[in-house]
Amino acid sequence: MESKTPVVQMRNITKAFGSVVANEGVWLDIYKGEILALLGENGSGKTTLMNMLSGIYFPDEGQIFINSEEVVIRSPKDAFDHGIGMIHQHFKLVDVLTAAENIVLGLKEPGRLDLAAVSKKVRALCDAYGFDVDPDQKIYDMSVSQKQTVEIIKVLYRGADILILDEPTAVLTPQETEKLFTVLRNMRDDGKAIVIITHKMNEVEALSDRVAVLRHGHFIGDMPTAETDAHEMTNMLVGHPVELSIERPDPVDPKPRIEVKNLTVRSIDGILKLEDVSFTANSGEILGIAGISGSGQKELLEAIAGLQPVESGSICYVNDAGQREELLGKDPLSIAELGVALSFVPEDRLGMGLVGNMDISANMMLRSFRRGKSLFLNRRAPQKLAEQVVSELDVNTPGISTPVRRLSGGNVQKVLVGREIASAPTVLLTAYAVRGLDINSSYTIYDLINKQKMSGVAVIYVGEDLDVLLELSDRILVLCGGKVSGIVEGRGVKKRDVGMMMTRLGGAKADE
Amino acid sequence: MNNHNGPLFHISKRKNLLWYQAWAIRGAAILLALIACAAITTLLTGENPLNVYATIFRGAFGTTRKIWILLQNMSILLCISLAVTPAFRMRFWNIGAEGQVLVGGLATAACMICLGGRLPNWALILLMIVCSLLAGAVWGLIPAFFKAKWNTNETLFTLMMNYVATQLVAYFVIIWEVPKGAGKIGIINQNSMAGWLPQIGGQKYLLNVLVVAVITVLVYIYLNYTKHGYEISVVGESERTARYVGIKVGKVILRTMALSGALCGLAGLLLVGGTDHTVTTTIAGGRGFTAVMVSWLAKFDPLVMIFTTFLLVFLDRGAGEISTVFGFNQSFADILTGVILFFIIGSEFFIRYRLSFRKIAKKED
Repeated sequence: MESKTPVVQMRNITKAFGSVVANEGVWLDIYKGEILALLGENGSGKTTLMNMLSGIYFPDEGQIFINSEEVVIRSPKDAFDHGIGMIHQHFKLVDVLTAAENIVLGLKEPGRLDLAAVSKKVRALCDAYGFDVDPDQKIYDMSVSQKQTVEIIKVLYRGADILILDEPTAVLTPQETEKLFTVLRNMRDDGKAIVIITHKMNEVEALSDRVAVLRHGHFIGDMPTAETDAHEMTNMLVGHPVELSIERPDPVDPKPRIEVKNLTVRSIDGILKLEDVSFTANSGEILGIAGISGSGQKELLEAIAGLQPVESGSICYVNDAGQREELLGKDPLSIAELGVALSFVPEDRLGMGLVGNMDISANMMLRSFRRGKSLFLNRRAPQKLAEQVVSELDVNTPGISTPVRRLSGGNVQKVLVGREIASAPTVLLTAYAVRGLDINSSYTIYDLINKQKMSGVAVIYVGEDLDVLLELSDRILVLCGGKVSGIVEGRGVKKRDVGMMMTRLGGAKADE
Repeated sequence: MNNHNGPLFHISKRKNLLWYQAWAIRGAAILLALIACAAITTLLTGENPLNVYATIFRGAFGTTRKIWILLQNMSILLCISLAVTPAFRMRFWNIGAEGQVLVGGLATAACMICLGGRLPNWALILLMIVCSLLAGAVWGLIPAFFKAKWNTNETLFTLMMNYVATQLVAYFVIIWEVPKGAGKIGIINQNSMAGWLPQIGGQKYLLNVLVVAVITVLVYIYLNYTKHGYEISVVGESERTARYVGIKVGKVILRTMALSGALCGLAGLLLVGGTDHTVTTTIAGGRGFTAVMVSWLAKFDPLVMIFTTFLLVFLDRGAGEISTVFGFNQSFADILTGVILFFIIGSEFFIRYRLSFRKIAKKED
């Protein structure tokens, strides 16, 4: 590999947004026939750097060379003309069109549109690299991984030979991830240059040939993946050594706390979201919920929190004295009035859990502002709570009167979790609590959740990273298409088995 | 090769702009607006722009009477702006203030016409207050109900309600017209003055000014310091967050629109009972829409609204004056008002964002 010249050379690239410097003096080389993993914590400038290559942003300073020739990339079209294609985290597909129609969308080819020819060409691409997609299928009929495949083909169809994928595995099951990796390896062997943006160490190790690390917008270094290991990479990533294992203390005096029986939920459009779901969540225990995204996790948590209309079933809260309260059909306010201390860290932090434009202290009183008979707000208590959360959870903020939308993802989550655990809950629901958080913040959140468990809280933890779920949960409930595919012990279960259960009801029946 | 092939400038969000810097930008905008207006004036009319400006100023402040009219216009416009503000903070685009003012005024007139002389004056006025507030509230509640229940588009709905209100007033004007066939009501209870709001210290407009001053403070407190105000902000920022913390969104929408409508009704009361003593289809005179601009310009802050109201009324009064003094037609005054507003509203862009022009790269690698 040493003798090759890089197909892309980024030299001294700097990009600032206002006063925030996203990239500073970054040098990066991308080679043909190689998979480069671009590794970095959130906010380290990985995506920004690649967006400059794909024409979404324009660098403030620096040069980009393609095949040793300096180029100016001002738009995604310019990027395509240089053979650069990017697959974004959020797919940009038209739902009601077929795969083939989406693929040619926006292409200015002379003459009449010949969809049959397009399909043929798409099929040829599929055969060449091992994609599994039907060009004539509508997008709305497709799974997340199929949609991603369409995005990749779209880029290849336009003749890209430098592909950038922004956290491609975030939405995939382990099996789908493996499939994607196979395809990417095929493309590499075909001589394409591939960059994947990721912060998952195991993916870097499994897939990449070379890894480049960014930290705080600076290029820290790159090396062949074979010559490094997860520890060294993490240290480069964070800048100081970190402990990589998640603690799992034994459950504390587990007693049934939430009993869900035969829960069935339909969306407004009448689509079955949860079907006959039954389980018990115990106090002093973390119940992990695994499943492909969209398998009913959101509906399950929202049903317990009183935010989701339910078709049938029952959700019982059992208090310490053994008294039972039915939560079904109650809104969050009446649930709280029953004396059920239920906290919920929703998936959509700024759209649901917090108000982005309000400051930290105003967000602290979202839950508690009704207290007392006075017509007026008590601002003192939330201010104190805000100060407490900021200091105890080490929230990085200019002050408690900073609007939360100005905070970084990890700090936003700390504010939200801090508020939710401040009310001394007996049940804690969390949805994707560490999504988008860097390693340090993630571990802070795991610690907080473990502390809640140790103090006897029944924790229901919806996660997407199976490795974390397997390390953190006492028991894991696997959802598949809205049904319970199985409930397994967190200790000793194999990742592969949980992965199977996520895609097939009951998983491989062989193990039970 | 240099970087000068890149975009010529780019726009970035400003952070931490100090208040005086923001005001400096606004001041510069007004200055630029005046220069632009001067150029337009000289080009189109040949008049000395300084004379024109002096006339604008005289139009607003020239005599005691003019100052009172300025204050009266300000208080009505401010009252309506305050009325729409709670709804706006909730991101409920109530552009039906015009209609809500009209029905408030109509309710006032109805009380005066039907009950004038049959009730003691204090009871009549009390009834007028209640009826006008109620009428306005109902006019606000109707679109709010449909919004809360079926998520109808409140902008279209409140706009339509304006036309209904106008037609309603037109209908009653015919029923109550004096004399028959005149097509207008004329001064109600001209001799008995029944139902006329009392004048304080012999000043026709002082009561309105005082009432609106009190309302301004109350609305400010309501929005910023009460639990209701907080709920309004949360619902406005994100309905999902509101539901998540157990705020009953529908209830907040209804309550806030009832308040919004009632304050518009109050403006109707002040207009009909306090100053005009008659009702026509044009008593609101477009102020229901101007109020939208006042509220937005002030970023929904009741105290800042005092200044934005002043600005608009001042321009309006001044513009009216130059069209009479110089014999220009009204359109010329409108052109100047438009230019000034354009600069002032445009300055908000430069307060929020910064334009950075690309530096030509100094050194090459």
